[in-house]
Amino acid sequence: MKTIVGLEIHVQLATATKLFCGCSTDYRDDEPNTHCCPICLGLPGALPRLNRKAVEYGLRVAKALDMKVPEESEFARKNYFYPDLPKAYQVTQYDKPLAIEGTVEIEDDEGHEKLVRITRVHLEEDPGRLVHVAGGAKYSLVDYNRSGIPLLEIVTEPDMRSPQEARRFLNKLRTILEYLGVFDGDREGSLRVDANISLEGSERVEVKNISSYKGVEKALTFEVTRQKNLLRRGQKVTRETRHFMEGRGITTSARSKEEEHDYRYFPEPDLRPLRVAGWVAEIDLPELPVARKNRFMAQYGISLNHARTLTGDPKLADFYEEVAHIDPVLAATWVADTLLGELNYRDMSIAAVPADRIAELLALLRSETVTDAAGTQVLREMLDACAAGSPCERPADIVERAGLSKATGGEFTAIVQKIVAANPQAVEDYRIGKKGALNFLVGQVMKETRGRADPRELGKIVSEIIETGGV
Amino acid sequence: MAGTLHFSPDDRCNAFITTCKEAPFSDGTLAGVAVAVKDNISTAGIQTTCGSRILKGYVPPYDAHVVGLLRQAGAAIVGKTNMDEFGMGSTTETSAFGPTRNPADPSRVPGGSSGGSAAAIAAGLVPMALGTDTGGSIRCPAAFCGIVGLKPTYGRVSRYGLIAYANSLEQIGPMARTVEDVSRLMSVIAKYDPRDSTMLDRPYDHRPSADIAGLRVGVPEEYFGEGVDPRVAETVQNAIGVLEGLGASTVPVSIPGMRYALAAYYVICTSEASSNLARFDGVRYGPAVDTRKSWHEAYQDLRQELFGPEVRRRIMLGTFALSAGYAGRYYAKAQVARRNISQDFERALREVDIIAGPTMPTVAFRLGEKTDPLSMYLSDILTVPANLAGIPAISVPCGRVDSLPVGLQLMGRQFEDERVVDVAYAYEQEVKA
Repeated sequence: MKTIVGLEIHVQLATATKLFCGCSTDYRDDEPNTHCCPICLGLPGALPRLNRKAVEYGLRVAKALDMKVPEESEFARKNYFYPDLPKAYQVTQYDKPLAIEGTVEIEDDEGHEKLVRITRVHLEEDPGRLVHVAGGAKYSLVDYNRSGIPLLEIVTEPDMRSPQEARRFLNKLRTILEYLGVFDGDREGSLRVDANISLEGSERVEVKNISSYKGVEKALTFEVTRQKNLLRRGQKVTRETRHFMEGRGITTSARSKEEEHDYRYFPEPDLRPLRVAGWVAEIDLPELPVARKNRFMAQYGISLNHARTLTGDPKLADFYEEVAHIDPVLAATWVADTLLGELNYRDMSIAAVPADRIAELLALLRSETVTDAAGTQVLREMLDACAAGSPCERPADIVERAGLSKATGGEFTAIVQKIVAANPQAVEDYRIGKKGALNFLVGQVMKETRGRADPRELGKIVSEIIETGGV
Repeated sequence: MAGTLHFSPDDRCNAFITTCKEAPFSDGTLAGVAVAVKDNISTAGIQTTCGSRILKGYVPPYDAHVVGLLRQAGAAIVGKTNMDEFGMGSTTETSAFGPTRNPADPSRVPGGSSGGSAAAIAAGLVPMALGTDTGGSIRCPAAFCGIVGLKPTYGRVSRYGLIAYANSLEQIGPMARTVEDVSRLMSVIAKYDPRDSTMLDRPYDHRPSADIAGLRVGVPEEYFGEGVDPRVAETVQNAIGVLEGLGASTVPVSIPGMRYALAAYYVICTSEASSNLARFDGVRYGPAVDTRKSWHEAYQDLRQELFGPEVRRRIMLGTFALSAGYAGRYYAKAQVARRNISQDFERALREVDIIAGPTMPTVAFRLGEKTDPLSMYLSDILTVPANLAGIPAISVPCGRVDSLPVGLQLMGRQFEDERVVDVAYAYEQEVKA
């Protein structure tokens, strides 16, 4: 039974000011209702004034997704009552969107390239946010800091065939948006998804307001199972709107009343029609992910896997390019494997890491001043400092302070002798030719010396000591 | 010469909702001139109600663009004038603050919806005032009270701070006893404001000239047809004769689209109003809603209680006209009719420089006379076309019928507000002499 998925993605555009007024969009950590004015509060008499930057950002996306920009597009009012909606209508675009008919290339479940068609993109304003007061209060509070934040709604055709494809599409889209510099993925709620899912021949279900990619895959996987079970039991899938309960990983039916909206769209009389098709030619697109991946392989001689990982996030790719001059291949391994792993472990962003310090570390590694193991230790110390907001020490200073510079085996003769003496069974195993025994002994020495020695060199010393009967 | 104007008017016709007893003013072209402002125009620190209970006690935190300009020009803002609730009416009787009476005859209405502004001027309480005109709301009370009122070209005066009734139709405009004062006030308020995206940068800076020799005046048959009181028609014809005496020539013209003007107007204005007024839901305006009820129930009860019957009627009409399955039949058709009327005016105004006719089909009604809404709507037939077409239109007093004032309406090409002012001025100067 074929699964059919289409998505509507709301992307928060990273403009400095709101869609129709001059209020700042960066309200993180600020008190509620401190980024508002008569316009985004919807005070009587205030009028919207379109943010040119938001239009440019929308057009950048349109161009990157290879879309058509009609001669004229138009804002419309979507009328509905809700306590977080200050004007009781949302200014959005309806039958004349900013751009239509584009594509995004993704890998399908068999690993082949496929195109997901984009139906349309349009601009709209975000409503405010309801804050429910703890302790069973009889009222809720409204925070208008978010009111008027510019959103770009991206609507796809029902071209995805599995929850996994949907997630891959979202990852790809997110990467493109980040490359275009129109989107800040670190902002809370910066990307929200409504997903339409059906099994071929059955009714379609809309799952609303999913706020993470993992959530999309989970919600869709749940729906596939739920819908298949219904059909297996001989029941029908009802056409309905469902909510995703992130915490429980399930979807629940929205009350049918919520669906019975008649939004009474009509053209927003306070704004003129938008005639911006001519702007598209002026837009210089940055190098997009596929082009950058190919260039990385050609220019730096790194593997496909490293190139793919590094270009999967523009900030990571930029970072790599800042440190690649030390040694492109060494840098690729360290950034794409070691550094990224450490960042994920700490839930840290690459933005918090000083590239010059990492370049210094790479130089120490390249000159074999430190071993890989010691390098990892230095890296961890630096990241811990960054995460704690402390100044990041120079790697050379950490090496100095912690005594991590690479030492020749001779320095450790005493330790080696101690380890060999303490592990007669391993020495015996080695003598009868068990390879693993040597690795074990070397590992013990590495542990004792905190990784300062080169394991290969150490191996030689251990075997020498055993063979010369240094015990 | 900045100072404070002490204002304590003998407001026996109920022209004001709010008066400012101590009105500060500064230097400028209107230094110390008392100006009244219609109560749907936002004034920082002064209650702005739109004549509605739902906005009673609402004090805007900001000034409308025009109010800022008035203050800059030195004017003393002495009060907020009565109006039909949210501008919905032609008599000022739908105000939640009681009707305004016509100073020319206190048993009559002053017209509306800017009835308070017109009455304040006619009663001599202020020399000039701001009104707003969505379908005749400046010109109708100007005609009924015997003063001058200009509805500017759509896009000539910033709407920023005007509490919207029907955004695509309405403009703020000047009202005064003389054309010269109307022109003076227009020079102050018609300055570019980037906050109104529907505005063009076409400031008005003009001194009226009475020279209209060679002017071609179009006289549309539709303005003298059925429903127009023949004595009003005759008075206006005589006024057009005065223009001929000044060297103008008259040309018969036709606006066939007029047949659909009222229907188109009422569909568009109610549609926009249904959306504009939805925000008055009790969350931030009006008394706090009853939190024991579910929110939609609380909204419904509050709106039912605090909006007057005419406002509720228009919200219902507009909601219906925009609803799925009907929008094509009503809202979309009304837009077509609107385009046709615009084109009719454009065509006519290629042949003539100005179009003249009565402002209102009758003289002022008695208080309480118009009880059924339809007959009230019909009285707007001669004023709504200018709003649909976005063209400037002025009403200037041109005589009396039954000792009640009659207005001559002059309509011009878009952004030729100066010309309609000049023609009105020429007429006024001639009959004054």
